[in-house]
Order: sequence, then structure tokens, then C-alpha cells
Amino acid sequence: MKTIISTSPFLHHQVTTPKIMWEVVYTLIPVLGVSVYYFGMSAILVSAAAVAGCLVAERVFDKEKKAVGDGSALLTGVLLALCLPPGFPLWMAFLGGTIAIGVGKSLWGGLGQNVFNPALLGRAFLQAAFPEAITTWDLPNGHYWGVRGTNLAMPFFKGQPVDAVSTATPLSQLKFSHEVTSTMDLLLGNVSGSLGETCGILLILAGVYLVLRKIINWRIPVSILLTAGVFSGILYAINPQYPSPQFTILAGGMLLGSVYMATDYVTSPLTSRGIWIYGFGIGFLVVMIRVWGGLPEGVMYAILLMNAVTPLINRFTQRRVYGHEK
Amino acid sequence: MSSNLFGSLPTFPHGVHPDEYKELACHRRIERMPFVEVYTLPLSQHLGAPSKPVVKEGQKVRRGELIAEPGGFVSVGLHSPVDGVVHAIDLFDHPNGQVLPAIQIRTDRFSTQQLTIQPGTPPEEMTTPEFIKAVQWSGMVGMGGAAFPAHVKFSIPEGKTCKYLMINGCECEPFLTCDHRVMVEYARDLVDGTRILAHFLKPEKVYIAIESNKPDAISILKEKTAEMDFPMEVIALEVKYPQGAEKMMISAILGTEVPSGKLPLDVGVLVSNVGTAVAMSQYFRQGLPLVERVVTVSGTAVKRPSNLLVPIGTPMRDVVDYCGGITVPSPRILLGGPMMGMVQKNLDVPVVKGTSGILALTEREVRDLDTYSCIRCGRCLDACPLFLNPARMGLLARKGLWEELEENNIMDCFECASCSFVCPSGIPLVQSFRVGKAMIRERKSKK
Ligand code: SF4
Ligand code: SF4
Repeated sequence: MKTIISTSPFLHHQVTTPKIMWEVVYTLIPVLGVSVYYFGMSAILVSAAAVAGCLVAERVFDKEKKAVGDGSALLTGVLLALCLPPGFPLWMAFLGGTIAIGVGKSLWGGLGQNVFNPALLGRAFLQAAFPEAITTWDLPNGHYWGVRGTNLAMPFFKGQPVDAVSTATPLSQLKFSHEVTSTMDLLLGNVSGSLGETCGILLILAGVYLVLRKIINWRIPVSILLTAGVFSGILYAINPQYPSPQFTILAGGMLLGSVYMATDYVTSPLTSRGIWIYGFGIGFLVVMIRVWGGLPEGVMYAILLMNAVTPLINRFTQRRVYGHEK
Repeated sequence: MSSNLFGSLPTFPHGVHPDEYKELACHRRIERMPFVEVYTLPLSQHLGAPSKPVVKEGQKVRRGELIAEPGGFVSVGLHSPVDGVVHAIDLFDHPNGQVLPAIQIRTDRFSTQQLTIQPGTPPEEMTTPEFIKAVQWSGMVGMGGAAFPAHVKFSIPEGKTCKYLMINGCECEPFLTCDHRVMVEYARDLVDGTRILAHFLKPEKVYIAIESNKPDAISILKEKTAEMDFPMEVIALEVKYPQGAEKMMISAILGTEVPSGKLPLDVGVLVSNVGTAVAMSQYFRQGLPLVERVVTVSGTAVKRPSNLLVPIGTPMRDVVDYCGGITVPSPRILLGGPMMGMVQKNLDVPVVKGTSGILALTEREVRDLDTYSCIRCGRCLDACPLFLNPARMGLLARKGLWEELEENNIMDCFECASCSFVCPSGIPLVQSFRVGKAMIRERKSKK
């Protein structure tokens, strides 16, 4: 009789890291689906390029040749794609993916070691490197099966694609021409924007699902949205020129950021108290940047900034150990 | 007291909810295991000094007769579980993996095994020192698993008082049902043993703490305690692991913490297991020293999961065979529960006083996990009942940074394994803390 030897515990909660990553990816499928509905094949191509970039980088930098299996690079790729415009050149999306994993994760020592959210870091890089391409927004419902010409742009070749119609996102409309997009359009996603920044309802549902499945910490989206809502509500009450709370929450990357980006385990605080501080910081910064900053959108920078102080937050919000004085 | 705001039961913060697997055995009445041919009784079945044999090879002994006396204050007596002959006093395999001195007794096949001993002085007429000595010589240990001599625990040092006596019937480890059955079937003895203890410890109040998944035990004990002339409260606690850990029980019931490095008695609490309370009554009323105990034999690889009243010293193989044997070719055999128990590679070792369960699990329940990097998900922090940071401790342990580990309070960790249970990356957290604690202790002793 052969007995298997090891040490306790012998039971395990059946949730594993790859299962978590995959489950998050599954919740993104409907989000991507809506994206395809509004933006056509381009949505799929941009996502595929970003994912490919991430997987290639993961494979190249990972010495043990094991990390691809944990699903985290795939997730990073999808998340990166979701904050890119539909007409984004594919080679840039691919490059963004390699930067997200290479610089955003592997350089720090791999999964769990990085300070900044890799997808957002990749996106920040793209914003700095290709400020024009990343702010070229397309109208939804434009080309259903067709592929946007801009998608196929080649590196270092600055041919102006024929069918690029640049429109304004709800945020830039408000910021630069004071036009307000209707709440209904924001909820349904009938607006221009990045791939995943359009359909509010779906993102809210995905968030609720992930909270119920205990995959993300409810405190993160709640604290961010609450802070942003209250803060913008106060401003709106003082002067209705400012964005309304519902607009603040629904427009741009707010929902995508609070549900998927800020909740990244590695780059958010470990303690509940820390999470409240973190969420408050993000919500507050988003409104600050959107209202007084030079950019229409602030979610990415707000999250990256709070990522940077997360180690500090962790240090100062450590829970008192049982049986110890403060 | 923990919140009752939402009608929830008292409990401690954090902790985990493993599958219970209690249904395998919790409705099985306690059966008496038939006597077997040979019994092996290690002289060390408790923490502390080994007992000293008082019999010689070839000597006849009666069931319940003293065969070894306490080898010091932190040591207890040992008794023969059967009428028989001392066959050998030698080195034998011990369930802890070592080879240790033991007394082996061959059963007298013609004996009826009737108990011939009589109870001594009623405990109510004893002085406290007499009581403590009687408990020591009766071989009593904590039956929850650690097997700490009961009389040492009951000896309250000068300057300390036992304000609350807590009888621990939580049994939060999955699979184990022996305490559950004992509470249901020996409720009278349990309450009586508790009363005896209360007579000497003089607490203001007695709590009998039971997880709410044992409603039959709760109701029968409520009935029995109501008849007592002493304030005893049966308190139902939330089903959560490790609810049965002393510190967790205290924070659930009283809402206080035991300061780091101190004992429950420092906050006026003494915790005793239900099995110990029952054994007290059986000794003082019937004269039966600790020669048998209830053991859960369970697990999905056991043919007939059971709760058995097993004479101490019975070979585990006989116990498992009595339950129909094992149904799979390569089971994982454990002593105790799956969260804190130990793997047993050898079934040719005896049941000892601290054996609460013998489990045989299949690979389906205990698959080896793939390990991934720590994703800092915080699940282990939310699980740790002591509010430690297992993720950080795990990192330090892997790097061998013992000093920093100590600064991160690793010595407080009581190895409940909640952190390893939840870690999605399959990181052997508690496993590395065991090593870390041993390293730190070793470095201390060298200094
Ligand atoms: S549960 Fe595991 S993966 Fe999560 S923080 Fe703890 S050690 Fe890291
Ligand atoms: S094993 Fe130690 S660190 Fe892990 S949960 Fe239990 S007490 Fe906390």
C-alpha cells in the first residue's frame, strides 16, 4: 500500500490563481462582445495584438517557462486592449503589450512584484509615445465587418489613413466644448471611446458578479465611485458647469478602471483600511484631473499614482496582531 | 462579544470555511471496538516526562491497573486497557514517527474484561491537592489532540483565578465527529465531569461551546445543564475554522484577546475539551482511568466511517480493518483532522491518548497543488485568525530571513493552516512557518 506523504493542511479551498485569472477574462468576453458590436472587427484585432504582445513578452522574460500558464499575462493583454481606441494601429498595440509585461511586470521580478498595474503602464507608455494615435477616436457603428485603415498602419510610416474619422469622446466633448452626453447613451455604450469604456451597464454587472464571486474586493470600486460621485456632486451643486456625478461615474474609463484596473491584487493595498484610503485617493484624483487638469481623462493616472503609494499604505495600515498592543 | 446585530452567532474575526465532511460519520453511534490480541502503550503519550513502568515482563495485569507512574510533575500515570500479561517493555514505533519505549500487553483470552476497580473517595470530599494528584495518576490528558497533562492545566498558579471555565465542543476540524458523538451520547457524564471541575476551579461561570452544526448536541446539553446547581451556559458558535482554538473561542465568547505569549488563564479563562470532562466523570464515579477513548475513523477512502470507543494501545491497522478497511490503493492516512493533522505512513502503530481521528483520504480531496507566484491577493491576511501577514512571512521564510520573520510575529502563529488553505497560488505558507519557527527556536537556544 502506497501512501502519499506530505504535511498538513490536506484540504484546499479550490480557488487557484489560474482559475481567478480566467474567470476575470471570462467576464470580459461580453465587454469585448459589445465592443465588437459597436466597433466591428477592429476590436478583435486590437485585442489580439495586445494579448499577443503580452504573451510573447511573458514567454521571453520568464526563465522558468511556467508563468504563461497562470493566465495573468492574457488578462493584462485584454485589459490593455480595452483601454485603446478601436482604430489603434495593431503594431502599436502589440508593442504596448510587450511593454506592459516586460517593463510593467517582468522587470520587477514577475507576477506579484510590480508596483504599477501592468496594463495601465503599457497604456501610459503608448500615450507618451503615440499621443496622436491614442486620441484618435472613432464613432461607433461605423464599420461593422470592415477593418479600420488605421489599424493596419505600419511602424515609422506616417501615411494618413483614408477613413479615419476622429470624433470626440464624451469626456473631451464636455471638457472642450461643454456638450453633455446623455446618461442613457453612456449606460448603453453608444458613444465613442476606448474598446472597453463604452457600455456602462455591462461593466457594472461584471463588477457585481466579480464581487459576489469574491474575486475582487467590493471596497475598491465602491470607495472609488463613492468618492468620485460625492466629490463631483458637491462641485456640480456649486456650479452645474462641472460634470454631474452620474456623468463622472459613467463616462470614460471610470467603471473599467474601478472594476478591473484598480482591483488588481498586486498593485492594490492588502488591508481593508488601506483599500479605503486607496479608493478615496483614486476617486478624488480622477475628479481633480478631469476638472482642473489639462487632460479630459484622469482614471489611468489616478490609479497609477495610487499604485505608487500602495506600498506605503500597506506599511501604515498593517493590522494590529492578535494579542499585541498597538 | 462578537456581533449579534444581524442575528449571527458569536465567532472570532477572520478564519476559513473548509468543507466539513462531517456527514460521513456524525450520525454513527459510538461502537465499542472489540478487544484485540496485543496492546502497545508508549510511555510518552503526553507532553512532558515519560511515565515510569511499575510492572515487569511476564506480570499479570488487570484492566485499569496502573502499569506506569508519572515520571515527574508534568507527566501522568498509564494503565492497562485489558486483563492480560505484560509481554514486553521495549522500543516500539510511536505514531509520532519515532521509536520509543512502550509496554506491550498480551490480552488474556479467557477474561471477560469486566472492570474490577472501584471508584475512590468522591471528589467532593477531596482537597484540591488530592484532586490534582488523582487526576495525574488517572492518566488524564487534554483529549483535543495536544495531550497536555490535564492536572497541570487544572493547577491554577498563585495569584491567578479561573473566572470562566470553557468546555470545548467546537470540533472545527473537518471529518472529525468524535466530540460530537461524545456530547450526544455521554451528555450526562460530560455535565457531571464539568461539575467536578467547577467544584475545584471555582469559576463564576461555565460555558460549553459548540459549533452550530451540532444541533442535537446543543439541545441535549441545554437540557442536561438546566438541571445543574451551577451556572452553565451552552453556547452555539458560528461554524468556522479554527473556532475550536482556545484563543478563538475566547474571543468569540468574551470578546477578549489573550496577550501574546500568555495563557488563557491570564485573562481568567480555562479551556478543557469535552472528552476530558467525560473522562473525569468516568474516573471519579466509576473508577475508570484513561484506558480508552473515542476515535473517529473516517475519510472517503474508509469503507465504513465510524466513531469507535477504542482501548488505548490498539494497533491502528486493527481499528481501520474493523471499519471495513481502506477502499483505494494509495490513500493518504492522517492522524487528527486534515487541517492540522499529521500524515501517518505506518498503520502498525497504536492509538494513543491524543488520537482523535484516523482519516484515510483519496487523491481527489488531497491533490497536490501547483504553485504560482504570490499574487498579493490578500486572501491569507483575511484568513489568519491572528491578523498576521502570511504573504509577507512566506516571502521572508523562503528567503531564510529569520530575524525579520520574528519581527513579523511568526512566533505567534499557531499553525492553524488557514493561510495555506486559502492561498490560490498553492504557496506552502504554514509549512514554511513550521520550519521558520523551528529555526528561530534553534538559534535562540544556541545563544
Ligand atoms: S493568499 Fe497566497 S497569493 Fe494571496 S497574498 Fe497570500 S500568499 Fe499571496
Ligand atoms: S498558520 Fe499561522 S499565519 Fe497561517 S493563518 Fe494560521 S496562525 Fe495565521
